[in-house]
Amino acid sequence: MHHEYNIVGGDFTRAGYASSQVKKILRNLDVDTAIIKRTVIAAYEAEVNIVAHAYNGIITLDIDADSIRIVLDDMGPGIEDIEQAMQEGYSTASDKVREMGFGAGMGLSNIKRNADELRINSEVGRGTQVEIVMYR
Amino acid sequence: MKVKDIVHLLDLTVYSGEQGLDREVTGGYVSDLLSDVMGRADTGQLWVTLQTHKNVMAIASLKDLSAVLLVNKQKPDANTAEQSNEEGIPILGTTMGAFEVTGKLYELIR
Ligand SMILES: Nc1ncnc2c1ncn2[C@@H]1O[C@H](COP(=O)(O)OP(=O)(O)OP(=O)(O)O)[C@@H](O)[C@H]1O
Ligand SMILES: [Mg+2]
Repeated sequence: MHHEYNIVGGDFTRAGYASSQVKKILRNLDVDTAIIKRTVIAAYEAEVNIVAHAYNGIITLDIDADSIRIVLDDMGPGIEDIEQAMQEGYSTASDKVREMGFGAGMGLSNIKRNADELRINSEVGRGTQVEIVMYR
Repeated sequence: MKVKDIVHLLDLTVYSGEQGLDREVTGGYVSDLLSDVMGRADTGQLWVTLQTHKNVMAIASLKDLSAVLLVNKQKPDANTAEQSNEEGIPILGTTMGAFEVTGKLYELIR
């Protein structure tokens, strides 16, 4: 099963919409509740990172009998030092974004803690690809 | 304890999401950092915050929280209240600050 969602950078009013669709789909498939909870946390954080840090992106969701795979591909500034970005508390979020309560630098740690597999590839000046895999 | 019981006991304002007043409150979480709530709050909890924008409802809905309580006389933005009505997750309000209302909540639902 394959689904795709477009994400627009800077549009916080729609942030979380794709993740809510992912949640609905997993619920309809009767995926285990604990797995849905972890998937939703990882998907939301990666979705909001496109909204907060990139220009636009595409999220693809692929589900088969053994796994749930979410790939988030964005055009944006990219991440120079992924290891540093992964550290809890590190954030380059703007003041405006921080005022909304984003920018605690906890998103990537949340993904790491909840995903069964996480791969991040990034090219500075081009964009970032985040791949999240959950085992069913 | 249900959301509506807490509304009565602490004399809270109900801004939106009335159809969710029968939701069961299993605990609480206090934070204004969205990723903190996303990572650590759990299903059924009541979220105490001063954030009023729409992303609050996105998180409340994704996490299946029982209700959102805005402190210090904060009111939800129009589109936040709208989503609360759609999801049936109430947004409540109080004149109390986070410290005071959380103390009272803790006595009620610990
Ligand atoms: N898709 C992305 N494109 C560019 N930079 C990113 C992207 N995702 C993350 N980053 C960089 O990694 C940093 C850490 O990301 P992380 O999600 O952990 O925290 P945050 O988004 O800053 O704050 P929070 O997630 O707590 O609201 C970001 O501040 C940003 O510099
Ligand atoms: Mg983030």
